[in-house]
Amino acid sequence: MLELLNVTAGYGSITALHGVSLRVEKGTIVTLVGANGAGKSTTLRAISGLLPVREGKVLFEGKELTNKRPHQIVACGLAHVPEGRMIFSNLTVLENLQMGAYLRRDRAGIASDQEFVLETFPRLRERTWQQAGTLSGGEQQMLAIGRALMGRPRCLMLDEPSLGIAPLLVKTIFEKIVQVNRELGLTVLLVEQNAHLALEVSQFGYVLETGRILLSDRSEHLKTNPAVQAAYLGA
Amino acid sequence: MGARSLVLIAALAVGLVSFCFTGHPEAAWPLAQIDDYLLNILILAGINVILAVSLNIVNGHTGQFSLGHAGFMAVGAYGSAALTQLNGKACLASLSFLGSAAPLGLFVLSLLVGGLLAALAGLAVGLPSLRLKGDYLAIVTLGFGEIIRVMIQNTESLGGARGLAGIPNHTTLGWTWLVSLISIYCVGSLVNSTYGRGFLAVRDDEIAAEAMGINTTRYKVTAFVVGAFFAGLAGGLYAHFIGYVTPEGFSFLKSVDVVVMVILGGMGSTAGVTVAAIGLTFLNEALREAEQYRMVAFALLLIILMITRPQGLLGGLGGLARWLPGKGGKS
Repeated sequence: MLELLNVTAGYGSITALHGVSLRVEKGTIVTLVGANGAGKSTTLRAISGLLPVREGKVLFEGKELTNKRPHQIVACGLAHVPEGRMIFSNLTVLENLQMGAYLRRDRAGIASDQEFVLETFPRLRERTWQQAGTLSGGEQQMLAIGRALMGRPRCLMLDEPSLGIAPLLVKTIFEKIVQVNRELGLTVLLVEQNAHLALEVSQFGYVLETGRILLSDRSEHLKTNPAVQAAYLGA
Repeated sequence: MGARSLVLIAALAVGLVSFCFTGHPEAAWPLAQIDDYLLNILILAGINVILAVSLNIVNGHTGQFSLGHAGFMAVGAYGSAALTQLNGKACLASLSFLGSAAPLGLFVLSLLVGGLLAALAGLAVGLPSLRLKGDYLAIVTLGFGEIIRVMIQNTESLGGARGLAGIPNHTTLGWTWLVSLISIYCVGSLVNSTYGRGFLAVRDDEIAAEAMGINTTRYKVTAFVVGAFFAGLAGGLYAHFIGYVTPEGFSFLKSVDVVVMVILGGMGSTAGVTVAAIGLTFLNEALREAEQYRMVAFALLLIILMITRPQGLLGGLGGLARWLPGKGGKS
């Protein structure tokens, strides 16, 4: 469904990705694990057009997305929940969700998706009229995911959904990710520092190190891989 | 101060204004009895409201920082004056089919032309410079404002540094406040529309806005163009009010004046910015005795405001949530 072929990207004179290739199959949860600065977030930014791709190709459902503008890529059905949540803090929760459906015109569909999101994240329903900036970190993350779902994407990219969130809420959020994946058949590309959790919920994983793919395997194999255990799982 | 009460006040004022158009000012209209000095201040206040509300789209709602608003005002002022003063005879002749309304028709036309020229200038400066952010954008817009001023100063056909005198005095209180209310209405309904929420999204978080599928560059340019258009209208009104325009009148300091109104009123709050523009115009007159020390007073006012109400006079009060019907009780 989503495929990267030898993607090179970077910031200024620094090259952060040295020819990354990966595949995400339809309906699966695929995770990118790796240490700080390995290029996980950069990979997502390159896919969603927030960062220019210098070499290589990004393919989504057979279409080439390389270096399209971010808003065009969203229109193709590929949503990105950026790191650090980045909700619209001055808008209300409901307005944030409506912004997620910005590109859509089917009112009935938007309304039913909004209902689905509020059903999935009851915490948001309690706070629809609250200014989003006043939500807790975990609630903001739920809102960011919910907002991305409002665009009815076929593939969702999540960047560090557990960052700075109370452990109890992290568990809830990951359960929701799995639930959405099952119920909607939504493909998920997950970037996560908490490799343990990420490999738990995903079917396939890639290990990134300094901008290169080091390993790729089914998640349950990666979990038992001694090298991965030593480096990322703290075993 | 919700949207509804604002709209109500606006409707009342429009009714008053239209009354002043139809009725004979000397006879029926009570405001006609007010003295010229107060009348002039009220007109200046109206022009300042247009400037502040239009800059608020760029600086307040979209979160960009423009310091070149006086430049757009200059384009509007000179553009409209070019029609009514420099080419007045020829233009009047071509509008002769309007009969005795021809001068007024030309005035309205010149305002629109001034506004459109300013909008064009906004597009010209917006397209290349809105790739910049924050301080850098401020510097570029500041530079642009100065470029306009210097260009006019060196254009002999526009009067050069001497300025342009003898512009017909068409601007009345009615016209000024009619245009102010139109600009308040347009900006208000633009920003509160579904489309307009994109401006707020760009301000709150540009990356997230992009990730929602919002073309942020287009939004920023739109804000610039709309803001410049209304600044151009304000410029046209100003030129036909004072009757005399000089390049110095549109210096960097004029831009700063408008920025102060926006900050004082509350970034992104149309009502607050309107109040601040009127208030500052009157304060400026009230402190006329103090001469140079006025600037000290303004500076102190800003400092006090920053300490006590950093969100501005009415900023935050007019949050979108409060403007929507059926806000479900307490949050």
